[in-house]
Amino acid sequence: MRTSGIEKYFGRNHVLRGIDLEVRRREAVMVIGRSGSGKTTLLRCINFLEEPTSGWVEVDGLRVEADPLHARSRRHREQIRQIRLRAGMLFQEFNLFPHMSVVQNLIEAPTRVRGLPRDAALELAERYLEKVGLLDKRNEYPARLSGGQKQRAAIARALCMEPKVLLFDEPTSALDPELIGEVLNVMEDLAHEGVTMIVVTHEMHFAREAADRVVFMEDGVILEQGPPEQVLNDPHREETRNFLRRFLQT
Amino acid sequence: MAVGELSEKRPTRYEIEDVEAADRRSRWRFRILFAVVWLGLIIGLAVGLALTGRIDPAFILEVGPFILDGTPTTLLICFSSILLACVLATLGALGRLSGNPVLNAIASFYVSLLRGTPLVVQILFWYLALPQFGVVLDALPAGIGALAFNYGAYMTEIFRAGVEAVPRGQQEAARALGMRESEVMRRIVFPQALRIVTPAIGNEFIAMIKDSALVYLLGVREVLWRADVMGTRFFRSTETLLIAAVVYWILTIVLSFFQERLERRMARGDR
Ligand SMILES: Nc1ncnc2c1ncn2[C@@H]1O[C@H](COP(=O)(O)OP(=O)(O)OP(=O)(O)O)[C@@H](O)[C@H]1O
Ligand SMILES: [Mg+2]
Repeated sequence: MRTSGIEKYFGRNHVLRGIDLEVRRREAVMVIGRSGSGKTTLLRCINFLEEPTSGWVEVDGLRVEADPLHARSRRHREQIRQIRLRAGMLFQEFNLFPHMSVVQNLIEAPTRVRGLPRDAALELAERYLEKVGLLDKRNEYPARLSGGQKQRAAIARALCMEPKVLLFDEPTSALDPELIGEVLNVMEDLAHEGVTMIVVTHEMHFAREAADRVVFMEDGVILEQGPPEQVLNDPHREETRNFLRRFLQT
Repeated sequence: MAVGELSEKRPTRYEIEDVEAADRRSRWRFRILFAVVWLGLIIGLAVGLALTGRIDPAFILEVGPFILDGTPTTLLICFSSILLACVLATLGALGRLSGNPVLNAIASFYVSLLRGTPLVVQILFWYLALPQFGVVLDALPAGIGALAFNYGAYMTEIFRAGVEAVPRGQQEAARALGMRESEVMRRIVFPQALRIVTPAIGNEFIAMIKDSALVYLLGVREVLWRADVMGTRFFRSTETLLIAAVVYWILTIVLSFFQERLERRMARGDR
């Protein structure tokens, strides 16, 4: 997966200022940076939930250029859909579909979008529910799940599309502290199994454990990146050091 | 360890049960008093009316069946109008939500026009004015059409608000899974919007029962028309109007009951 020269303006607000990010197969990349530095916007630009102002995104050989002027054209939209099939996204607030049971949540897109037969989709759903430890909740409605269970179900739902890369936007920041661990454990397992992922997170311990690489963003640019030990323990940049120091104080 | 200590401080089983029983008793007392007051008010009203000496019970029994026979017509008007209104409101809401300026303007114009003019005027227009343009409708279809278009306008706004009330993240999650826009709407947004607007549709239906009385002006033989005919023929409008009022009242009570049950059913599983 690769992005090149991603820029994003919200009106006059220059939020991303040329992001070049390359993520290799089986790599787990953690993105850190202070609030407002553009981390969420970057993830949303990668799967075109926001149309970048310029630059391109390439996932698994498919390259799509930012095309803000023709964002509504059919060809562009179909390309974006293909990118989204390759890049699954997890949200801070889970966004499970409340009118569907857990298993329906999981098979909806595989049957409709990938065109899998129901049986195959169910088999897939069960496999991933088991992986996130929710097989016994398969017929519950999201309303009856805890926050941690909801996020794990959302992870299983994304996995059912068998994407090439998973994008996590602060997947644990809406969770009570005692529920964070169960979600991070699932993610750590995925990382160790070699699932390619980009994770925006404020959980530094988790980044240290699970990341192959840590990326520090500030003001819409990548200031520094490298192995977690280096970036988190011995950053080259003054800004990174300031961020980490302030972060550890609070 | 600490768990054992905690459980010793908890109230005993008996105490919990006593509390539950007391709760139940006070709930029942509330319900019984509630029903008694209702009954008292109804009887009081009936006795009060009887005591004025202006009400003729024999006449009520005589014309009652004739007026009651209008109930199926009233219900027919209401059901067909609300169904048609739902269809119109769906189209209207799609228009109001559409990025296409032509469709959006048409829908907005429809809502503005039909909400901005009196329902009575619209009903009379369908029956009396449309023929001048060569569209001659029987009284019943004219009445249904007028009610449906009027309610469709109000419900357009309700449906639109319902769709807008579905959290943004739902669409984004669906898109992120690769669903096409039409699938996002059909499978994710509309089903949730439907739950959100169900109570409001129920309210509209109840309002429709009462507003349907207006089509008596066109001579549709529904409840109010029958009450009016009998009242004027025998110069006893008090009795006939009372009967009509009670019929409408009972219909709305029955409907509210079903509405509440439906709402409770739909609330399950939600959030
Ligand atoms: N939809 C939007 N419209 C306008 N401005 C936006 C929008 N989304 C984000 N922004 C702006 O873009 C900037 C970056 O926001 P972003 O959410 O990407 O930051 P972040 O790094 O994810 O922060 P946080 O850690 O708080 O989640 C902010 O200044 C924000 O105000
Ligand atoms: Mg963010």
